[in-house]
Amino acid sequence: MTATNAGEPVAARADEVWKVYGSGEARVVALRGVSAEFRRGRFTAIMGPSGSGKSTLMHCLAGLDTVDRGTVHVGDTELSKLGDKALTRLRRNRVGFIFQQFNLLPTLSAQENIRLPLDIAGRKPDPQWWDIVIDTVGLRDRLSHRPSQLSGGQQQRVACARALVGRPDVIFADEPTGNLDSRSGAEVLSFLRASVREHHQTIIMVTHDPVAASYADRVIFLADGQIVHELAAPTAETVLDTMKRLDTHAEPVML
Amino acid sequence: MLRATLKSLLARKLRLILSGLAVVLGVMFVAGAFVVTDTLSRSFDAVFASAYSTTDVSVQAQPKIAMSEMDGEQVDPPVPAGTVDTIKKVPGVRKAAGLVDADGARVIGSDGKVLTSMGPPRLGMSWTGEDELVRLREGRGPSAPDEIAVNAAVAKAGGLKVGDKVGVLTLQPKKQFTLVGVYGYSGDRDSLGGSQVVAFTEPVAQKLMLGKTGVYSSVRVRAAADVTPEVLRDRIAAALGSAYVVKTGDQLAQDTAADLQEGLSFFNRILLGFAGVALFVGIFLILNTFSIIVAQRTRELALLRAMGASRRQVITSVLVEAIAIGLVAAVLGLAAGVGVGAGLAYLFGSFAGGGMDLAPVGVPLTAVISSFVVGLLVTVVAAVLPALRAARIAPVAAMQEVATPDRPLTRISVAGGAVTAAGAAALGVGLFADAGDAVLWLILGGVLVSFIGVALLTPLISRPVVSLLGRLFSWSLPGRLGRLNSGRNPRRTAITAAALMVGIALVTGVTVVMDSAKSSLRAEATRVLKAQIMISGDQNGPRPPTYDPAVVGKAAAIPGVRAAAALWNDQVLIDGRRQWVNATDDLTELSQTYGGVADLPALRDDQMVVSAPEAAEQGWQVGTRVTVQPSRGEARDYTIVATYAEDSLPGSVLLPAAATKDFSVPQPMLGFVRLADGVPVSAVLPQVKALLADSPEVSATDAGAFVDQQAASLDTVITMIQILLALAILIAVLGVVNTLALSVLERTRELGLLRAVGLSRAQTMRMVTVEAVVISVFGALLGVTVGAGMGTAVTRALESDGITELVLPWSRMGTYLLLAALVGVIAAVLPAIRAARLNVLGAIAHD
Repeated sequence: MTATNAGEPVAARADEVWKVYGSGEARVVALRGVSAEFRRGRFTAIMGPSGSGKSTLMHCLAGLDTVDRGTVHVGDTELSKLGDKALTRLRRNRVGFIFQQFNLLPTLSAQENIRLPLDIAGRKPDPQWWDIVIDTVGLRDRLSHRPSQLSGGQQQRVACARALVGRPDVIFADEPTGNLDSRSGAEVLSFLRASVREHHQTIIMVTHDPVAASYADRVIFLADGQIVHELAAPTAETVLDTMKRLDTHAEPVML
Repeated sequence: MLRATLKSLLARKLRLILSGLAVVLGVMFVAGAFVVTDTLSRSFDAVFASAYSTTDVSVQAQPKIAMSEMDGEQVDPPVPAGTVDTIKKVPGVRKAAGLVDADGARVIGSDGKVLTSMGPPRLGMSWTGEDELVRLREGRGPSAPDEIAVNAAVAKAGGLKVGDKVGVLTLQPKKQFTLVGVYGYSGDRDSLGGSQVVAFTEPVAQKLMLGKTGVYSSVRVRAAADVTPEVLRDRIAAALGSAYVVKTGDQLAQDTAADLQEGLSFFNRILLGFAGVALFVGIFLILNTFSIIVAQRTRELALLRAMGASRRQVITSVLVEAIAIGLVAAVLGLAAGVGVGAGLAYLFGSFAGGGMDLAPVGVPLTAVISSFVVGLLVTVVAAVLPALRAARIAPVAAMQEVATPDRPLTRISVAGGAVTAAGAAALGVGLFADAGDAVLWLILGGVLVSFIGVALLTPLISRPVVSLLGRLFSWSLPGRLGRLNSGRNPRRTAITAAALMVGIALVTGVTVVMDSAKSSLRAEATRVLKAQIMISGDQNGPRPPTYDPAVVGKAAAIPGVRAAAALWNDQVLIDGRRQWVNATDDLTELSQTYGGVADLPALRDDQMVVSAPEAAEQGWQVGTRVTVQPSRGEARDYTIVATYAEDSLPGSVLLPAAATKDFSVPQPMLGFVRLADGVPVSAVLPQVKALLADSPEVSATDAGAFVDQQAASLDTVITMIQILLALAILIAVLGVVNTLALSVLERTRELGLLRAVGLSRAQTMRMVTVEAVVISVFGALLGVTVGAGMGTAVTRALESDGITELVLPWSRMGTYLLLAALVGVIAAVLPAIRAARLNVLGAIAHD
């Protein structure tokens, strides 16, 4: 099945994507012909049990991993045709990342960490957008601190600001709240939702937390490497319900 | 516990190989030194055993001046023919024959150049016919005064064949001979131990090699069948009295070989010195590696502690790891050392030994023992600190995400300051105080301890210096990241840089001293030398180049020459004390060509002059009579008739030319020619050169070129030291590679992130390279600074020995820094490639 959301132009798209790891006995099919479209200005959550292929899908969409069959587009760019250099440039200019482990450089201050992608690209931040980002994440008084002097929530907010500051076509967030307590998690999620609603950013987030997923505009459910369900305007309850339902069915539910 | 240790050892193969390599190289030099000395000394033993195989007892006269191989060449006074008759009458003597056999017969090859020797003697002998040892290969033995035979080594080196006219330099200037025979030795050998031998008829050999006819160098005795050599030796000794040295053939062989081995032990010590430097640097490397391993294994070690392992067990586990590395490194080093030793022995045999037959390469027990002792000791010593640190890991660390906190640097810096001060103090006492025999040890110890002290201080210095250095590279983001990374772990950066420091400091120190010496020499020469033309030659081998003294008289007669003087040089005993002296044919002429003294009397044959400082030191005054015993002949009394200022004449004691007939080399080595005012050098130089046509060992040069030549010989020393210490630097580079490889490994996730947010492969490589370059340049900077300091101290201490100028070789120091930067780039290649190739996804998920 194909997951879409109509209206806006497409920020990222997967077409019939297959991904296989290993060979012979150890062969694992992570993605079996997944097709999905992600429109600009939308916040999409990808959910599914462990091993469902949700992280693989995100890595393929972000150009971090290659696909075995099918195509992946970011905007109009087809990723499978790109070499390391072009992929690096794509990640640098058009994609943002937020990781579960924050992944900040300990040698750099918060401000330097936020500017890192721009510095790598040799770009100057847009001062207006910079102020908006800094104020939205609420880190103005922490900018000169090193990551080791920040709490986990603060570190993840730095990571979010880092992803946002270059105004990428799409931001990929891999379990961004996985390492946070619920309050810090909620802060980060509100902030992500705000950046989509108010500032027209595009976010694709992998999570297994129904509460986190409820911040999104749309949830895609994966199981065994296939998209099995999609939910628009989710709440924590509807997500949980869907998960329960998907769990009880041995076979993927076709809707 | 042991199994866990060994397992973890295997899991860290690459890193351990890198750090173990330093020990392998060090051990290699230790083992190599012993193997080469052992092989060569057995080869010498064999050579001399065979050379003296036809001698049961040998008789020589007691030397006038006893000298070891290191002091200079000992001249054995001649044995008169009458002594041979006395020996013949001793019961048990079957045969006694006088033999002429003395160093100093220099053959002029077919190219007009004197055959050189790197050590083995160039002997002039009396032809005694063929025997068990000597075999003619071509022609016959000499029978007329103008005939010679040479051994095959001479014939080959000089490109000579039977029938050639050959010039030979002996105690007398060049003489022409006809080559009538070429001979070899039993076993188809060209030479015995590389010696070049010319055989004359007996009277000619006596005249040219010993100075007069009717005397011999030694008497070779064969015993009758019923007497043992030992018994016969004692009988002959009793018959001759104490003026003679009587030895059995075996003794003679052993003593001769032992003499050469003394020279070898010098060689041995040089090799061991470099082994020492390599191992010292290696300690830094191993210490660093183990510290990192312990830091990385914190969780694992804490888990072991949590499961009940005692501190002692943790320490043991680290030490066992060290012992295992030490053992492996010792075995590899020993094997490599045998190879290196064999190679060096071969080189020595074919170059210095003139094609000497080598004994089979053996592995002496000393090599094995020292390899293992050194390998184990170095590794274990280096691992002790990390082991103790490992023992302090709390069991709870197993449960926590441990952030290794930056321990404060106060303690280590205070310790470093104290150690540096102690080292500097030892160095200072060694250099400036009168510490007698302990001087060398004080200096060596001072240098080593200072190195350790500076290494301890390095973490403290590293922060500001590295951040300053790094600014040079901060124009790009990768450069900035690299700089920040290099400042991240001051201890690790420091110890890596400190390892590099040692080699560079030593090279810089030596360069400072040598350049200062060179500059002092130059300044001194320009100040005191008034001659515009110098007669001199390059010395190779123990015997100095000499020329015909008649040349100087002829040179003085060339129009436009104001003065010309010859200078002889030798060791003599003055009132029983061995001392280098000069002699000259004309004091007045010499003083005009040298610094100059207004009114010195012409020396009569029993008069001498000394420098004022020498006179003061020895308590001599004008009018004092001293007894001078030269190498040959009888002692003579000389009266001191004048003293001169130190710089006005060469050397501190000057004898008249008459004394030189008893010198070990009775010909002058240097000649000074001063031109009249306004006469250009080019007008006279060709004529002086023409006069020297029959003295091919020397040449005439203008004084400027002579001074340059002298100074250039010091450059050779610098180059040698640079080459040898390049090894220490190489080892340090391994350390940089090691540290970088670990940095890349430790920061896998960071690298992944950087790549994910758009850092290109090229930028990643640049980042790692900058880190390497910063560390290397920091090390070089330390080295250059410490080396310049030490070199300055040594130079200052040598001020009274004539090194009056202090020269800091800025351009060389700059070159070392540039080289270090290059080294950093090279060291970064592999780690950088590894970093750039990291799989982005795998790296981000890495923990």
